[in-house]
Amino acid sequence: MDALTIHRLHFAFTITFHYLFPQLTMGLALLILVLKTMALRTGNEHYNHAARFWTKIFAINFAMGVVTGIPMEFQFGTNWARFSKSAGGVIGQTLAMEGVFSFFLESSFLGVFLFGEKRLGPKAHWFAAFLVFAGSWLSGFFIIATNAWMQHPTGYRLDPNGAILLSSFQELLLNPWIFWQYLHNMIGSVVTASFVMASIGAFYLLTRRNEDFGRTFVRLGTIAGAISTLLMIFPTGDGQGKNIAYLQPPTLAAMEGLFETENGAPLAILGQPDVDRRRLDNPLIVPRALSFLTYQRWGAEVKGLNAFPQDRWPDNIPLLYYSYHIMVGLGTAFVGAMALAVFSLWRGKLYGQRPLLWMLMLMLPFPYIATTAGWVTAEMGRQPWLIYGIMRTPAGVSPHVSAGNALFTLLGFMGIYTILAILGLLLVYREIDEGPAHGAAV
Amino acid sequence: METIWFSLVAVMIALYVVLDGFDLGAGIIHLFVARTEAERRTVLASISPVWDGNEVWLIAGGGTLYFAFPSLYSSSFSGFYLPLMMVLWLLILRGIAIEFRNHIRSLVWQPLWDVVFASASGLLAVFFGAALGNVVRGVPLDRSGEFFLPLWTDFSAGKETGILDWYTLLIAAAALLALTVHGALWVALKTEGGVQQRARLAAKRVWWGLGAAIAAITLASFQVQPHLKTSFAERPWGYVFPLVALVGLVGIRMLDGYREGLDAFLCSCLFLIAMLSSAAFGLYPYVLPSNGDPSFSLTVANSAAGTYGLRVGLFWFIPGMVLTASYFVYTYRSFAGKVGKGSV
Repeated sequence: MDALTIHRLHFAFTITFHYLFPQLTMGLALLILVLKTMALRTGNEHYNHAARFWTKIFAINFAMGVVTGIPMEFQFGTNWARFSKSAGGVIGQTLAMEGVFSFFLESSFLGVFLFGEKRLGPKAHWFAAFLVFAGSWLSGFFIIATNAWMQHPTGYRLDPNGAILLSSFQELLLNPWIFWQYLHNMIGSVVTASFVMASIGAFYLLTRRNEDFGRTFVRLGTIAGAISTLLMIFPTGDGQGKNIAYLQPPTLAAMEGLFETENGAPLAILGQPDVDRRRLDNPLIVPRALSFLTYQRWGAEVKGLNAFPQDRWPDNIPLLYYSYHIMVGLGTAFVGAMALAVFSLWRGKLYGQRPLLWMLMLMLPFPYIATTAGWVTAEMGRQPWLIYGIMRTPAGVSPHVSAGNALFTLLGFMGIYTILAILGLLLVYREIDEGPAHGAAV
Repeated sequence: METIWFSLVAVMIALYVVLDGFDLGAGIIHLFVARTEAERRTVLASISPVWDGNEVWLIAGGGTLYFAFPSLYSSSFSGFYLPLMMVLWLLILRGIAIEFRNHIRSLVWQPLWDVVFASASGLLAVFFGAALGNVVRGVPLDRSGEFFLPLWTDFSAGKETGILDWYTLLIAAAALLALTVHGALWVALKTEGGVQQRARLAAKRVWWGLGAAIAAITLASFQVQPHLKTSFAERPWGYVFPLVALVGLVGIRMLDGYREGLDAFLCSCLFLIAMLSSAAFGLYPYVLPSNGDPSFSLTVANSAAGTYGLRVGLFWFIPGMVLTASYFVYTYRSFAGKVGKGSV
């Protein structure tokens, strides 16, 4: 493997592992806030117990997110030095703002939230929960703003010596790419948290333990899950898709496996892209649907990959195509599953319908897969660019870090993250096994 | 404008060293001053509500360095590739040791994480010291302001040196001793009984080693980095920094018995800040000197971001820091006093 491939795998591996945790904690922060609100409104201690249980799960995942998050910021400098040297003056703004505005807020009040329930009293403790939520969602904003700038750079000018200089702070923070991507990503984290909550609730009901909590978790998880999965498709997924159609047209063509430009382009549900022969094998299509979804006209022209020079094509079209289809396929299935569950809940039958509870329990890993596939789509779709239209990926790598050194640290991260994954699963399982009934206020 | 940001980044790094320094130091002495399970929990409880927030200064300081001095950030992070990655691994291990230790009660679980916590804390102090040593000594920058250093070569501090040589190891030892004293003073401040006595004793004993190390690194630094002499000769007001450091160092010893050791701890904070300020002052306008051709050195001016970005940065940075200061005052007040007296 050459150095570039290893540097790319290095980032891909560490960011994929890292994002397993924030996607839960950002959504869970919202659901814990909902539980704390219900406790405050109803005065029912049951909801405080429930919130305390989820706070324990939150704390384990938050710690994992923090320790795996620090390497992300470092890697911009260690592995992508040329990129950082050119673009640091722009994206350094959003990354530094994340540290200053959200990490301090989050970490300070997480300590207060975890260790101060007794001392603070219910209202102040609710407020600490709110600040932890606000800090984590603000953090998401700054990261999305950073990624959005790489997807669609705004507010910059090119210096003759090669540096990319910030020219408008407003344009950086009001980048049109941010809006849909931020909502799509944050609601995605609510999907993950809702599914995890519903899954553990279903586990309690199926095993006939902590059944009162199981009902609460299933109820909140399915309601939040139904709302958030719908919002993922419309309007946020739709909006994000239009961003790509207008601002990264070769990416849209590659995601959809569309090689030829067509009036009334079909939507491929299944099929395998054959890049050498420039066609989609074994296609299962909905005629004209892609034109309609993109431009709201059944006959609209959608540009295929052939309309673009090949050196502007994403460099791994099959991976991009599959990750996009996995995301969309799972997202559609999620809407169906949650609609079924909420319908049954509304009729008052869900807690006794074991097949549905089994389904909810077994769905736990799938939002993680969908989210990861979504980010693979975003990042592979940006290729061959590191900064869309400005810097190609090979130009951004650290020139003096050899393949041997990079592989050494990649293997090191793989080893440490394997240990982390085992420990994290062990500790979360223990908390689930112990159940919510015992937690007292601290 | 560049000098303002140089000072702000230096302040953030100094705050990181003072704040995370005491929880790293608590980790270093953890195994020595806390013997029973209850005592170990006490030491951990003295840092558990705050260590994460302290570590954020590293991330926020790194982010600020990234945006204000992108060339310095990219050059130094890629040049110190291997030790930085090891720092990351140590931060990961230390973080999970603190967070996971109390989840399971077992005669193998806690001792394992205690050793991980203590050794990662000690090694981090060593790595941070060696990093500072490298920045003072200079690195083999090329024409484009980039370099790559192996971990070690011949330990000579000459042109072909690695990250570890006699000079950077000396700074690393001084950093380890300084944070040991700092952490011991924190633990003494936050605890009672046997732990407090042992922490006080540790601070007292290690203080002598620290004094010797500081004398040694002062002599060695002026020899290894001639620019320090120039700086202090050209701007003699800068002698105030080493003088304050000396006052802090003596104060740690003299004020040991007052106000439960709060004054000694504050002297230690002052000492660390003044030591780092001395180094920053002595290197200025260099931020990463070249140990070969001096014209390849990275300076405050040639590594800074564009003026517009730096100016607009002040508009969010200052309010952001005011907010942050208020959080820190609030949390440290919330968890003030001795551990275990209804404070945690």
